[in-house]
Amino acid sequence: MQIAILVTHIRAEEKLLLTAFAEAGIEPDVILDRDINIDLVAGPDQQAPSGRAWSAYDVVLERCVSTSRGLYLLAILNRWGIRTINSYETAAICSDKLQTTLALSTAGVNQPETRVAFTPESAMGAIERVGYPAVLKPTTGSWGRLLARVNDSDSAEAIIEHRQTLGDYNHHTYYVQSYVNKPGRDIRAFVIGGRTICAIYRSSEHWITNTARGGSASNCPITPDLDDICQRAAAAVGGGILAIDVLEDSNGELLINEINHTMEFRNSSAPTGVDIAAEVVRYALAQAEVVA
Amino acid sequence: MNQTVSCVECDAELNVPADAMENELISCPDCGVELEILSLNPLTIDLAPEVEEDWGE
Repeated sequence: MQIAILVTHIRAEEKLLLTAFAEAGIEPDVILDRDINIDLVAGPDQQAPSGRAWSAYDVVLERCVSTSRGLYLLAILNRWGIRTINSYETAAICSDKLQTTLALSTAGVNQPETRVAFTPESAMGAIERVGYPAVLKPTTGSWGRLLARVNDSDSAEAIIEHRQTLGDYNHHTYYVQSYVNKPGRDIRAFVIGGRTICAIYRSSEHWITNTARGGSASNCPITPDLDDICQRAAAAVGGGILAIDVLEDSNGELLINEINHTMEFRNSSAPTGVDIAAEVVRYALAQAEVVA
Repeated sequence: MNQTVSCVECDAELNVPADAMENELISCPDCGVELEILSLNPLTIDLAPEVEEDWGE
């Protein structure tokens, strides 16, 4: 069985995964995205940086911290017929909040009211329709970057003007959500192969609760309602290994906020007591066995 | 066995654990800068790449 892990570098998560693979008796090839130099016209029998042909891999686990590199590599590998975790299709949906919203909507999964607009004038209109406070997000991006809670029309105008001034055209796509008045926490649930294996509360006095931004993690029991919405959300984006961010509104209703396809989990095994790295490896080996 | 190396930013002495891996990220306990282990033999480190706009999960 041949497995490769694509990485930008070795973070705590990748080290945990490599240790879990070793405990399973597998030594995957670690391929750095900086070493990639692929002939796009040639096929999968060309050599990977590991020295092995790409076609020799039963499964490739994509763990790049660079979203763009990861997406392109998944596109290439899947086009060549090589199984990846996750699939390009799932990663493409999850890496784009607008695509995620559409997928969840099609599947009838509960989520905040969300609108899109492309000009300053229509963005103001979208924010007014959602109502204050609203949340403006880039459609791509992570770790809470450039999220803005918009409390009134003055701040809406200021943020839109700043976004217009930023050079990248992506900032001119205005993805607007209603603000969910959550109880000082949100939920991150880990879904692997359609199973909700564990979940944490991410608590913070700030409305952005990402642990990358200082939110603290504690165990969140998996209730039937949480399990149900997470399984349906995972299926909506094509399944695989996913971290699903869930909001609780003031009535206790659950709403899907976003879905991450190369999840970080270093802070989540201790509070939940679930060895997430071992679960990932188990799933990867099962996927590889399907091919081998 | 742990090895030591000097931080390329502040010159503090860093302990690199025995289970360290090539391309692993480590932090300098003195100045907090993020470093990448480029090679284990000989032990070589450099500043980790700057976080880019598309980095995340």
